[in-house]
Amino acid sequence: MVTKVVEKFRTMKTPLLSILKELQKDQGYLTEEVLKEVAKELGLSPARVYGVATFYSLFSVTPKGKYIIRVCESAPCYINGTMNILEMLQDELKVDVGETTLDGLFTLELTSCLGVCGVAPAIMVNEEVYGNLDREKLSHLLSRCRGM
Amino acid sequence: MELVELTIDGQEVRVEKGTTVLDAARSIGISIPTLCHYHGIDAIGACRLCLVDTGGRNLAASCVTVAEDGMEVKTNTPKVREARRTVLELILSAHPDDCLKCVRNRNCELQTLAENMGIREFTYEGEKPQFKQDDDNPAVIRDSEKCILCRRCVAVCQDVQTTRILFPQNRGFDTVVAPDRLAPLGETACIFCGQCINVCPVGAIVEKSYIADVWAALSDPEKHVVVQTAPATRISLGEEMGMIPGSIVTGQMVTALRRLGFDRIFDTNFAADLTIMEEGSELIHRINNDGPLPLITSCSPGWIKFCEHHYHDLLKNLSTCKSPQQMFGALAKTYYAEKMGIDPADIVVVSVMPCTAKKFEMMRPEMDDSDFQDVDYVLTTRELGRMLREAGIDFSALPVEDYDEPLGISTGAGEIFGATGGVMEAALRTAYELLTGEELPGLDFQAVRGLEGIKEAEVKVGDLTLRVAVAHSLGKSRQLLEKVRSGEKEYHFIEIMTCPGGCIGGGGQPIPTTDEIRKKRLAAVYTEDKNMPLRKSHDNPGVQKLYEEFLKKPLSDRSHRLLHTSYRERGKFE
Repeated sequence: MVTKVVEKFRTMKTPLLSILKELQKDQGYLTEEVLKEVAKELGLSPARVYGVATFYSLFSVTPKGKYIIRVCESAPCYINGTMNILEMLQDELKVDVGETTLDGLFTLELTSCLGVCGVAPAIMVNEEVYGNLDREKLSHLLSRCRGM
Repeated sequence: MELVELTIDGQEVRVEKGTTVLDAARSIGISIPTLCHYHGIDAIGACRLCLVDTGGRNLAASCVTVAEDGMEVKTNTPKVREARRTVLELILSAHPDDCLKCVRNRNCELQTLAENMGIREFTYEGEKPQFKQDDDNPAVIRDSEKCILCRRCVAVCQDVQTTRILFPQNRGFDTVVAPDRLAPLGETACIFCGQCINVCPVGAIVEKSYIADVWAALSDPEKHVVVQTAPATRISLGEEMGMIPGSIVTGQMVTALRRLGFDRIFDTNFAADLTIMEEGSELIHRINNDGPLPLITSCSPGWIKFCEHHYHDLLKNLSTCKSPQQMFGALAKTYYAEKMGIDPADIVVVSVMPCTAKKFEMMRPEMDDSDFQDVDYVLTTRELGRMLREAGIDFSALPVEDYDEPLGISTGAGEIFGATGGVMEAALRTAYELLTGEELPGLDFQAVRGLEGIKEAEVKVGDLTLRVAVAHSLGKSRQLLEKVRSGEKEYHFIEIMTCPGGCIGGGGQPIPTTDEIRKKRLAAVYTEDKNMPLRKSHDNPGVQKLYEEFLKKPLSDRSHRLLHTSYRERGKFE
């Protein structure tokens, strides 16, 4: 699979980011084997590829939950209650920022501005953005993710 | 040559088009502080200490700003000074302030800059990143808490040596210069060349020190402690002790070692002469017996490990000769022990080397042909300097003394092992005379000398035209070896040295080591060669006696057992 993805982007001037982005879709994170193979295919040092993968916050080199919850910590959300949202999530999920729940369902992260300041406080769950959050909306959202 | 004309601090200066503002300023004696910039290997404008005012909206990093016609540069205005100071204070805010116990105390670029800029208090109390030391290998210690993320080591590791082990990992406060997956160096294809140490402006990468072990051995009355000194240490120890680069201090070094308490002062140059006898014979044997050719030198332990990781197909081309350091160790605990009637268990062999890879080499499990670890401790030139300072030895006032016999006898051919091209030249001096039976008309092979990355020569030896090549730094060596692999180039004999300039530029040498300093050290090596009464390895009476009494002849069974070795394939990355 790595070879196929590398071939798809090889003619780009700097193909590494596109390759890693595509490959992360498979397991939700970049495994050691995948990174080593990318390095080999592109003739880059494994240290460099790992360096790039750990620099960008949207890449991960450790397994992530099925749902990645990113809480916006930019100023407008912060003023409108980011900390409450974050505390609620930490209590509910029993994890700290950067951690994944034991059942592998949720990973909790912080993010900079999502560009929806009008509906602050906002979070992102995988590719979807949710705004105007309060306790009720949040537990409804978590229940839906849990399939309840 | 196209020139541009600009003014810097009111002085007019003309420089070649493409010159940076930094270099233009330096050319007229204006000093601009730098940290991440390193001449010839790195200019990334990352640290922002070299800010100058070019009249633009923002201050510009002079190391990456190209000088333009009519440019008016100011390097010393309140705005510039203030900006630089803030940059430095921010770097200091994340750096431990433990200079007193740092091995780079008084030889640290950050410390010097803080002093030059008159830092008298820490304005910012910053987050101090916490990292574990990586010291799980015999040679190199990484202390990332001291790292200022200048990336010079990354440039030297990725581009100069192409070992490609170090790279910045993670982001922000978590950024750390480290191998793939933050692995310890000992689990990677790091060759321990120590070039990263030489370019580190602070104490974030240092050699693993064996000073305490050597002090302990010296004060143990049961132990007979012998020391060998590598060719490149006698022309650099003076520098470590505050003399100008290129100072030759052979005799003072011998005296100093004797005063430290070593029982015998011997010379790696003796073993270098012996290496020429063995390797020269190996070359002749391979030429007469259809290879495998080219024969490639094996004295540089960084190169050996590199070859084991990356060039499995060339392992058969490596000379089976051990490096001079290891030949010496094996002989000290056999031939010398026997001759002196000393139990080899009581002999401690210490090496003074310009090299950190030698620390790894001494620990290779196969280096025990004397039935003991052949070499016990390796000290770098820098470590010997530290011991001399600790012992209070006034180096400049020392008289000159001679090496001890028998393992201290040497020739000029042994001395030039310290320079790129030197092993080749020494081998040619001997191979020519052994093959033709005639005296060599001129001893100096200029074609293989100097700092050119890859050097080639053809030498008429009787009916044979010997094609030889020399490379130094592993980046240049890679270029040469790829041509050999593809069949584009064919040689009989290739010399590879891991470090730029050869051992005189080794990872254990005084800091700084720049090209300018390398040239001075090289000149000193050739001066020392010229000063020697004997300049050909086969003329070394000590080596002749060793063959007579002990080894019988080059490539004998005993030579093979004690002086030769074998290599293994290692993974590309670990």
